Amino acid sequence: MSSASTSPMVLRIDALQVALPSGGDRGFAVDGVSLQIAAGQTLCVVGESGSGKSVMATSVMGLLARELRVQGGRIELNGESLLDASPKRLRDLRGKAMGMVFQEPMTALNPVMTCGDQVDELLAEHTDWPAAQRRAEILRVFERVHLPDPERMLRSYPHQLSGGQRQRIVIAMAVILKPALIICDEPTTALDVTTQKEILGLIEELQREQGSAVLFITHDMGVVSEIADQVIVMHQGRCVETGARDDVLLRPQADYTRMLLAAVPGMVPPAPRLIADTPPRLRGDAVCKTYLSRDWMGRTRETHALQDASLALRGGETVGVVGESGSGKSTFARCLIRLIDPTAGKIFWDTDEVATRSESKLRPLRNRVQVVFQDPNRSLNPRRTVGQSIVEGAINFGMASDAAHAMARKLMEQVRLPVEALARYPSQFSGGQRQRLAIARALACQPEVLVADEAVSALDVSVQAQILKLLREIQGELGLGLLFITHDLRVAAQLCDRVIVMRQGRIVEEGPTGALYANPAHDYTRRLLQSAPGFAAHAPA
Amino acid sequence: MAQASTWQRLSRNGAVRFGASVLLVLVLVALAAPWLGTVDPAAMDASHIYAPAGTRAPFAMADGSSVPHALLMGGDSLGRDIWSRVVYGTRVSLLVGLFTAIVALALGVVAGTIAGYFRRADAILMRFMDGLMAIPAILLAIALVAALGAKVWTVVVAIAIPEVPRVTRLVRSLVLTLREEPFVEAARALATPTPVILVRHILPNAMAPMIVQGTFIMASAVLTEAILSFLGLGLPPDVPTWGNIMAEGRIAFSQYPGAVLWPALFLVPTVLAVNLLGDGLRDVLDPKFAKR
Repeated sequence: MSSASTSPMVLRIDALQVALPSGGDRGFAVDGVSLQIAAGQTLCVVGESGSGKSVMATSVMGLLARELRVQGGRIELNGESLLDASPKRLRDLRGKAMGMVFQEPMTALNPVMTCGDQVDELLAEHTDWPAAQRRAEILRVFERVHLPDPERMLRSYPHQLSGGQRQRIVIAMAVILKPALIICDEPTTALDVTTQKEILGLIEELQREQGSAVLFITHDMGVVSEIADQVIVMHQGRCVETGARDDVLLRPQADYTRMLLAAVPGMVPPAPRLIADTPPRLRGDAVCKTYLSRDWMGRTRETHALQDASLALRGGETVGVVGESGSGKSTFARCLIRLIDPTAGKIFWDTDEVATRSESKLRPLRNRVQVVFQDPNRSLNPRRTVGQSIVEGAINFGMASDAAHAMARKLMEQVRLPVEALARYPSQFSGGQRQRLAIARALACQPEVLVADEAVSALDVSVQAQILKLLREIQGELGLGLLFITHDLRVAAQLCDRVIVMRQGRIVEEGPTGALYANPAHDYTRRLLQSAPGFAAHAPA
Repeated sequence: MAQASTWQRLSRNGAVRFGASVLLVLVLVALAAPWLGTVDPAAMDASHIYAPAGTRAPFAMADGSSVPHALLMGGDSLGRDIWSRVVYGTRVSLLVGLFTAIVALALGVVAGTIAGYFRRADAILMRFMDGLMAIPAILLAIALVAALGAKVWTVVVAIAIPEVPRVTRLVRSLVLTLREEPFVEAARALATPTPVILVRHILPNAMAPMIVQGTFIMASAVLTEAILSFLGLGLPPDVPTWGNIMAEGRIAFSQYPGAVLWPALFLVPTVLAVNLLGDGLRDVLDPKFAKR
């Protein structure tokens, strides 16, 4: 991987400064960052959200948002200054000399053009090849990025492809002209772990073949450990630490890097806890959810989102449900909390069967099972103060207003937020703080079971670690049953006593976390575990 | 990043500022009508028939008394003071515009919320709205005024009803999106009763687009009222409205164009100001336009 320190530098960034519009919380999005990448090398830029890593990448491409301005420093691509280049020259260089892979392949592609036409447009712009040659070249590159049936891909629209296939198209567009520099901005964040593994492998393979330099932006230390040669850690627009991968990951110098690394959950579960054998607080028996859709001919089509899923959750116990997108794990959770109606099966909250109860008969029982959602920006009503949101449930269940507000103040302490926050609106809080507020709101109903649906997936690792710690503490204090839905096997390893693995609407395997991670019985579980980034790096030596 | 408050952003928007200032002036004119050198807008003085603009002469009132008066915009075919009629017409136009927007929004919000939140009501309600939309708005308004009789409130209702389907569609689409929001689902999990969810969690978050739609309805209502009056189908001809003044002046337009042009001079800026205000509000309040 690392070698060739004599090879010429493809990209050189010198003390780059990008100014933020006035009135922000800091003056610069990127403040004095320098880096260089040699041909055939991969440089990973790591940082949490708001660290300025994406702004740096877009300033290399010359695609900065209008409000942002480069105020100082130099960016050189193969010795040519990009900051002095004309818009026309930059347009020429994009695609030809530098390619970009975006985070979300669905929005990076034009939904009303076939994939073939989109790649062809790029070639027509940058080359003078005749149509037949362009087409041959596209087929060749589709083959290179391991797209099945390239002929068909040529004629397909983006929505007809899977997330992984779409990202391969985007990569094909980035590499087809053999650019000297490939910029990847969180290219695998929107993908499932197994797909992520394949895409990372593909980027590495293409890089080796073409000898390109890769600037890879990610927040995931696991991904860094897999593909980086060099690493640069950014925090609040500044470079905190830079060096070879193993130096940074194994012998970090800066406190911030150490904190980031410590926050990454490992794949090795802690020692199993003893859970008292009490009757389950939440139980699902053979729960099914089938969606019926009718096409234009009036034929009905059944989609089995969930088939025969069962689980039992005791007080004080944490059960994880893991799986990739479309595995039915969220459907399962939403059936169990009766946000959607199951098609078949039984659901028990304590001893009360609730699967077929009408909403009005369900309402008096709703305090028993509460939920925390994934997106902290959308899980609190932006037009109501935090206090109003938190007391809502308690008042619904008949608590007097004074008592509810007193409890809200106590809950704020419990989720480690200042009491004054109750009078503010959700927009005044960060994502992690909002997730704490959502937890406080759920706890205000004094539930027996808390369902966390991807509750930490949208958060930075350091914040994620804090929320996981909070959940563990609260569970210890209140003896809650915790149902934890996640796609992240590392998070599940750290938190869960038992893990249920789902795929295509079915439970494929379940068992105590330690045993399941050590000895996965099902093929799919094994594949999932192997795909988790940084598995090797973080396994015990 | 520190976000400027909504009020600050509104006050910085040029369209909002201009539209709101013009509207404010019009509201002041409407409120201060009796003190702006006007006489009774219905009073006729035969000596002022087709008086040229700027005539200074005593105005003979109905009770026989006479007041000194300046006919800033001249007199009409019946010897009424056009300036007085135009100024008092501002009251009618603004009232009709405002109340039409309120009535259309109220009906549309109720229908749209029900259609958006309750699946079963959706098909029936929306097909009914589709049916309403199939009838040209102005024809429907004419028919309603003809059926209900020409009073201010019937004109308001007649202009509002053709607007209801559009508001319903808008509100329905907003409710359909908002009902899937996690905070609404969380409220369901907190056992919040459905009517409370609608009023507390869904409608407040649909407010901004509704206000914007309201301003557009107001602008079109001012125009529609003028059209109805001009066609002789709106308020009775003695009521001073811009449409009535124009309708009355149409007969002698080639010799005395003032009776048509003066009210137009008020009508055009009013509609323009309300539309600009709506555009500005949309730019500021609608997140889809926020980035521009």
